[in-house]
Amino acid sequence: MNPSNVVILSAILFSIGAVGVLVRRNAIIVFMCVELMLNAANLAFVAFARMNGNLDGQVVAFFVMVVAAAEVVVGLAIIVTIFRTRRSASIDEPNLLKY
Amino acid sequence: MSGEDWVFWVSGSFAVLGALGLVFSRKAVHSALWVAFTMINLAVLYIANAAPFLGMVQIIVYTGAVMMLFLFVLMVVGVDSSDSLIETLRGQRIPAIGLGLGLAVLLVVGVGNGLVNSGTVGLVEANSIDGGNVEGIARLIFTDYLIAFEATSALLITAALGAMVLAHRERWLPRATQQELSKARFLSGSHPGNLPTPGVYARHNAVDTPALLPDGSTSEESIPRPLQARGDIRAVDHHEVNEIKEVDSQ
Repeated sequence: MNPSNVVILSAILFSIGAVGVLVRRNAIIVFMCVELMLNAANLAFVAFARMNGNLDGQVVAFFVMVVAAAEVVVGLAIIVTIFRTRRSASIDEPNLLKY
Repeated sequence: MSGEDWVFWVSGSFAVLGALGLVFSRKAVHSALWVAFTMINLAVLYIANAAPFLGMVQIIVYTGAVMMLFLFVLMVVGVDSSDSLIETLRGQRIPAIGLGLGLAVLLVVGVGNGLVNSGTVGLVEANSIDGGNVEGIARLIFTDYLIAFEATSALLITAALGAMVLAHRERWLPRATQQELSKARFLSGSHPGNLPTPGVYARHNAVDTPALLPDGSTSEESIPRPLQARGDIRAVDHHEVNEIKEVDSQ
């Protein structure tokens, strides 16, 4: 099978994730969409590694996973902290930096 | 179609389905489950694309740890954290979807164009140098990418500390005693005692049935708040109530 199909699939998943980030209001769902975009990029890395016969792509995908895990931990802690003070997980609520 | 083609088309379409479910689910918990579904399918795709190590890491880290963390935070934030339908920027949704479609077309056409007729080397040779996929990745991590790998450990420790600092709440005041809590409850002027229990009358005694007040209307505050937030309130069947009244009056 041609791995370029996998790259196209990853492009589609990335676009769906981007639409989710733009459209949804709930901070947690937006965050999950970001995770989906990271996963789509990983899929492209894996497919490129296979096309080029080179394991570097898989190592980069591994590092992306590690960074994503760290990002999830800190991001969710921030969401919980904001929820505690504002009683809301909507991304439209925190607007103190607006003016 | 070969077996690999089948895996790609089935898992790939499931992954897209899960992604669409993530974007279009009304409730955040459903979105989280759709993402977990997508990630499992992506793991299958990794394994099908000669990355068994990454496939396993994907299942353990993403579906195992990350998504469970998401569900845990959803539990903390509450079940009523569904999206508001009010648009802060009016009419933002349609341009956003249009831009997303444009991005998809751009990526698919651009990348697809670049990849037409590109051959596939395959990883058999690269894997055979060290005797396997895991060994090959291990050699790269501990030789070429050693500094990045060490920096990663610092990143993980920083993230763990950051999460603890952010989520920790210092207690500024001493813990209130039971007596103080009781006084505060009465001084607040709201309902001091128990709220009415949910509808324990005649035929239903489930917690999703509102209590009936003497005049036959229902008491909303007798339903537990999470059930109200989910919209899981059983409608009171007034026909049944009247039947019971008749039996009572006989």
